[in-house]
Amino acid sequence: MNNLNSWLFWPDQVALSLLALFFLLTIFLYAARIPAHSVILSVCNLAGHALRFTARWLMVTAEGLRQRNKTVLLAHGQAEVTSQVEREFERVSALVSKELGEYPALQRKMMDELTRIEDDYLKCGEVPPPPPEWVDALSTIANLKSGGDIAKKMLDDLHKSVQKIHDKTISEYRKAYEGRHKILKGLMPLWRSVDKVVKNLDTNMVNLGSNAKAIDAHMTRYEEMRAKTDKSEHTLAISAFVQLGISSLVMLIAVGGAFINFKLIALPMSEMVGASDYITSNLRTSDVAALVIVLMEATMGVFLLESLRITHLFPTIASMNDQLRKRVMWAALILLIILAGIESSLALMRDMLIADKAAMLHDLATVQPIVSDSLLTHIPMIGQMVMGFVLPFVLAFVAIPLEVMVYSLRTVAGVLLVMLMRAISFVLRFSAMILHRLGRILVSVYDISIVLPLLLERWVISLRGSASPKPAKLTPGRAS
Amino acid sequence: MKQFKYLILALLLLPLVLSGCADNRSHSNGVYLLIDTSGTYAEQITKARKIINYLLANLNAGDSLAVAKVESKSFSEKDIVAKVTFDRRPSQANLEKRAFNQKVEAFAKSIKGSAYTDITGGLIQAAEYLNEANPGHKTIIIFSDLQEELGKGTIRDFPIKLTGIRVMAVNVTKLSTDNTDPRRYLDRLAWWEKRVRDAGATEWLVINDLEHLDKILANP
Repeated sequence: MNNLNSWLFWPDQVALSLLALFFLLTIFLYAARIPAHSVILSVCNLAGHALRFTARWLMVTAEGLRQRNKTVLLAHGQAEVTSQVEREFERVSALVSKELGEYPALQRKMMDELTRIEDDYLKCGEVPPPPPEWVDALSTIANLKSGGDIAKKMLDDLHKSVQKIHDKTISEYRKAYEGRHKILKGLMPLWRSVDKVVKNLDTNMVNLGSNAKAIDAHMTRYEEMRAKTDKSEHTLAISAFVQLGISSLVMLIAVGGAFINFKLIALPMSEMVGASDYITSNLRTSDVAALVIVLMEATMGVFLLESLRITHLFPTIASMNDQLRKRVMWAALILLIILAGIESSLALMRDMLIADKAAMLHDLATVQPIVSDSLLTHIPMIGQMVMGFVLPFVLAFVAIPLEVMVYSLRTVAGVLLVMLMRAISFVLRFSAMILHRLGRILVSVYDISIVLPLLLERWVISLRGSASPKPAKLTPGRAS
Repeated sequence: MKQFKYLILALLLLPLVLSGCADNRSHSNGVYLLIDTSGTYAEQITKARKIINYLLANLNAGDSLAVAKVESKSFSEKDIVAKVTFDRRPSQANLEKRAFNQKVEAFAKSIKGSAYTDITGGLIQAAEYLNEANPGHKTIIIFSDLQEELGKGTIRDFPIKLTGIRVMAVNVTKLSTDNTDPRRYLDRLAWWEKRVRDAGATEWLVINDLEHLDKILANP
């Protein structure tokens, strides 16, 4: 209130004082109208230009970032497709060298078998029985004019001989057929072998065809990447999002495994480093030591997979010569086995500590513990030991999703950053437009506040009827 | 290869670095239990054992525990029944807890009622022990009816010092005179609270229901 009174000319007459103040203010505002308009518009324009400039810079930077992301994404995609094509070519090469490389030998084998089949086929041709020679002899005897008993006897002898020859011929004929059947039977494996060879060839050719199709598909993708098309960029970006999602899920599962691993060794670690040491007010040294062991296991796993060239996180390891790389691999494997052994021992110790504490609590409760030595009581202990040994090796495979996550995260973060920059740029441009309009609105509001002198001015000018001084506009406009 | 060596070296040195930035403040608990063995209160030893068992079950490696009796004149080391600072290793701490329990068991069997109750002397002795052991959290438990009776010539009417120590009165039984006039009981509790707070204790707590022993180790 005192503050208000200090503005009043006559504190006893508030209304009069306010009127006088309003009058003075109106005169001041009218006098300062042109510079005030100029200031309002300049400030708004300045702010608007600054915002527009920032928005433009953001757009340019976002575009540069997008181009850079695109280059990296396409390069990564090209490298990936190249390795896929190489792998397909390796498969084709293996197929050609293993299956089709033996084609001359295969052909020779097939020709030999076909020749044998032809020979056997010829052999099994039917041989007609010899013409019955005794038919001529019989007709000669039958044409004899006389003979009586002699003829009869001759005919009987002849009958016997013919019967004998007939039996012999029939027997030989049957033997010949039997032989032919045997030959035909012997042809069966050859036919089967030929059939198998032909089927193998067919399968190989089909495989070769599918490999060729896969190579074609990869090459098409590769060409699209080489052409730097938006489609290939979009496909790769989507693929990166999907890969990030999948790898995050797997990493989440791995984190769960690591947590179980940690819980398994945290208690027994207190036996080694002491249970009463703290790093911070809530963080025990034994917990940190257990965590370090788990992290070291994961690290050894990463090195192992890296030296096996399954992952490519460390170019230093990838570029080592084979001998050195194998040494690193063995070192990582041995360390991993040692850590797994330590963890298994700690799991055993954990079980012992828990049992010891349970026994002590039983002692304190003055109730004798139930001693049980059954297999059932050993199962959890054995389970913990096995888990303690196996979990480090399971954790070792975390390197694969980690690598995918690292590579896909770069792409995803880049895409999201570009989107964010564009969004900010849009907001800034919109704000600049609003400021531009706001300047005009403020000028109008200013004129409204001094509407009385402006009307007076217009009235005076209209009275003069002169157009020499330009009448002030009541509508908002640029002050100049 | 050089980078790889450095990485291995860093991993090996990590435990050393972590141990270097260790929190040197003590986070252990120190509990001193004063057991009133005067007159009929000596019969409450079974309840006292329940408290000791609770403490043994819940104190961790590195914590300190002492049990002392409150007799005619209790400002003396000979009144300490058993005291221990548990080993940093849990397995060794369990062994020490068993040995402690045996000592307490022997004490419970040999307990004899004393004529007077020197609680103040016990408090001074307890504060001295806890300040020497210097655990992170210091607690004195008074297992007594809080009726102090000093023998002739025993001087205890001077200010004591219990700075930074929590004091708890457990199983504060009502005397026959308290039943006649409960104000005596309430006045007794109020008197001890004032005396303890004036001595600089961080907290004063009365636990009569032994089902709520978890408050003993609930550090603020």
